[in-house]
Amino acid sequence: MTQHGEISDYLSVHQLTKKFGKFTALDDISFSTKLGEFLCVLGPSGCGKTTVLRAIAGLEKPTSGTIVVEGRDVTQLPVSRRNVGIVFQSYALFPNLTAEDNIAYGLKQRSKKAKGVEGRVTELLETVGLSGMGNKYPAQLSGGQQQRVALARAMAISPHLLLLDEPLSALDAKVRIRLRSEIRQLQKRLGVTTIMVTHDQEEALTMADRILIIDRGKLVQMGTPGEVYDKPATPFVASFIGSMNFITKVRKMEDGIFGVGEHRLKISNGRGARRVQNGEPVMIGVRPEDVMIQADGGDGINTLNTLVSAIEYRGSLFRLSLNLPISGNDYTTIDADVPSEKVRRLGLQENMHLPIHLPVDRIRVYAA
Amino acid sequence: MSQLAIEAPLERLPLSQTIDKELWIRRLLIGLVCLWMLVVVILPIFQLLSKSLMDNAGNFVGFANYVHYFKTPALSNSIGNSLFVSILTTLIAVGLGFLYAYALTRTTIPGKAFFKGLAMMPLFAPTLLNGISLVYLFGRKGLFTTGFFGTIPGFDIHLYGPVGIIISEVLFAFPQAVLILSIALNMTDARLYEASDSLGASKIKTFFTVTIPGIKYGLISAVFVCFILAFTDFGAPKVVGGNFNILSTDIYKQVIGQQNFVMGAVVSVVLLIPTVIAFIVDRIVQRKQVAIIAAKSVPLIPKPERLKDTLFLTYCAFIALLIVGFYSTSLFASLVKVWPYKLNLGFWHYNFSDMGGGGYAAFFNSIRMAFYSAAFGTVITFSAAYLIEKSRQMRVLREISYFLSILPLALPGLVIGLSYIFFFNAKGWSIAGMFIPNPLGFLYATMGILVMSNIVHFYSVSFLTATTALKQLDKEFEIVSESMGVPFYKTFVCVTVPVCMPAILEIAMYYFVNSMATVSAVIFLYSANLPLASVAVANMDDAGDIAPACAMSILIVLANLLARMLFGLATKGVKNEPRPGW
Repeated sequence: MTQHGEISDYLSVHQLTKKFGKFTALDDISFSTKLGEFLCVLGPSGCGKTTVLRAIAGLEKPTSGTIVVEGRDVTQLPVSRRNVGIVFQSYALFPNLTAEDNIAYGLKQRSKKAKGVEGRVTELLETVGLSGMGNKYPAQLSGGQQQRVALARAMAISPHLLLLDEPLSALDAKVRIRLRSEIRQLQKRLGVTTIMVTHDQEEALTMADRILIIDRGKLVQMGTPGEVYDKPATPFVASFIGSMNFITKVRKMEDGIFGVGEHRLKISNGRGARRVQNGEPVMIGVRPEDVMIQADGGDGINTLNTLVSAIEYRGSLFRLSLNLPISGNDYTTIDADVPSEKVRRLGLQENMHLPIHLPVDRIRVYAA
Repeated sequence: MSQLAIEAPLERLPLSQTIDKELWIRRLLIGLVCLWMLVVVILPIFQLLSKSLMDNAGNFVGFANYVHYFKTPALSNSIGNSLFVSILTTLIAVGLGFLYAYALTRTTIPGKAFFKGLAMMPLFAPTLLNGISLVYLFGRKGLFTTGFFGTIPGFDIHLYGPVGIIISEVLFAFPQAVLILSIALNMTDARLYEASDSLGASKIKTFFTVTIPGIKYGLISAVFVCFILAFTDFGAPKVVGGNFNILSTDIYKQVIGQQNFVMGAVVSVVLLIPTVIAFIVDRIVQRKQVAIIAAKSVPLIPKPERLKDTLFLTYCAFIALLIVGFYSTSLFASLVKVWPYKLNLGFWHYNFSDMGGGGYAAFFNSIRMAFYSAAFGTVITFSAAYLIEKSRQMRVLREISYFLSILPLALPGLVIGLSYIFFFNAKGWSIAGMFIPNPLGFLYATMGILVMSNIVHFYSVSFLTATTALKQLDKEFEIVSESMGVPFYKTFVCVTVPVCMPAILEIAMYYFVNSMATVSAVIFLYSANLPLASVAVANMDDAGDIAPACAMSILIVLANLLARMLFGLATKGVKNEPRPGW
């Protein structure tokens, strides 16, 4: 049907590059989504993620590359012909129109039959849980309610794509968490292919079918939330989503065995370990919640003696900072997240000696 | 194509139409804005410049006229005179305006709204009236000169000349200084003062290290605006200038008195140079400001301080008394039978039937002209500002139009008027051997050219007001509408205009009030069958009929106050609509 992408791909972006003068905002980005998929574009501020969204919306003309929707090349289409619903961080609700009129705004343009519009608006208000609020003006609604009106307005035109640009950033933490699942459920129910831009990793992990991680204009990883969290492709991804301890100056001794100073660590193959040559210097990473302490087993394998240098209370858990001697006076710091209950039970305190265990299958190997 | 799982009760738009019709409409409209500014600003000014390089017969003579100008002390002395009065005016007006604005923003004196409203009073009057009032106060038979008609010993301030000009111009520039400095003083960060306090800085040190640097840009802007106003005003100097020649009265004398259009053009260019320099410097300074006010600040709420508040209240009351006294004198004088001999009150001078100048016909012509200027001016200015501010494409074209839109700020009314005579009265132009007849000649001596000159004269301030209002709207409104397939002109009508209504009404009022009061641009452009009120004031004053001139000025002020009241009611109506937060 089309030369670009798989037939099952609803939206595919090919080698998208956008330059603003000398600055390259997007560098050769390709990805695709299936119909009804919820895709999150995640990255630090200024990484170019909003430019991806704007290019898909038709707000920025790409320097090169193509955007294909339903097998049609839409790269040259103006915004008004792409049939996308957009929700901005500011909501951009028209302040002089009621919630109803805001939702009906795009519909009236398309349908001369006022009755059909009215029914559709009532239906949409119900869908977003705002029945009976239709005659309120945006300023009379709470932030969360305004957000839902904006969503209903975007959905009113039955868009090919729903584009969300940091839609939850302006809301309070509590409302934000509630709206996350509401938006997700609504999106599933309506089956609209959705792309959301966010800088909030938690938002991406909880909402997305797949996450696209962009750093300095380049696509660094794409995968399900589980994949990007468990198998971060680069140290950047690893530290951007969740946190990770990195131990440098590590050498591969033989297959599955790595050396750090005097220590020997067993690391299961896969997870990047296989690609490394013997003797090659590498960097290994382990997430704080994967660091096991003391009697948690391990039969002496990957057990390291450390000194507790600091304990930080974090409510349900404690973050321990552990000093691990490497060789001589050289040491590295490893963070470990330990449930509060366990810290109390073991009576953990600063300056205590504490043996830890790094599980064989939870260590990632990266090029140094 | 894959089947869609989405319930789609409405038909989706096809994805195939690639021609962006709206983009072309926008391009066309912005092109029209550029063309409009070209025709009403650039070409007339170009015509004026080329006229100054020709002799009266129309032969090119290079800079000969300028050489003659600078070799004739009777002419070139006016440059020094103009600079002298405008610099002194600027210093006084900005000084007085600063104290007044400081009282309005940084103290807890009562009646701030009253004081602010009263300070704006001179904006509603033709500057001719400032001169006329001064004549009644300090002229040969003035209230003070005669010691309240002989009750106390009188004193003469030698009104005619620089003294009179400076007093009138200070009064004229004062409201602008107060406005600009109030805004600047309002835009401050309370945290800076808290920090200064906590570091133990004295009040005086805080004033010089926090207050003054904080309003730096407002202060510079106030200085330039006051300077330009004083440097280019024509009304007041015409009445109280006496034998003290300044540039603006020279232009009038050359053109109307001696019919020497070429020398009028030369003086106009001389007048234009400092104004353009002030304009450019101000633009550069304002551009820097944008980068500085970025962080969110905490508004400063003044605390009551007895001594300070009392001093400032006294000052404001004193200024208010001066303004009230000033205009009451002219109101009184317009009602007195024969100043200063028969002080019976009545409406003798409001019967203009045996006067030159056009009487009530002129007054109603002025109202019509001001109304048209407000109607067309507001539509043109706001639409142009919208297209320039809210379009995403055509950056270069938009920047050119923006520059052209603020350019009239540098053009004195007399220069606009004179260049319009040259441009619209021209038979045509020979370009590369081809004669092109003037397609706009039909506008000459019509209401059209008067309205056009007013729109251009007051264009920039209106344009900046519109731009400021538009900048406050969410920049995503247009994108959202676009994504829903709603054409931009529909969103303009349904959303942008209603939301910006307060600013639009303000622009309309600004056009009306200024068109009523202005004399400088229209004095060259009115025709005998289309007399105007402000011109009538000038002509009656010329003829020595100062009381009717004063009465006509009072009518202009009343019309403007009425317009202001209607504006107040209209904005109240707009604000009462159920739109909380807007």
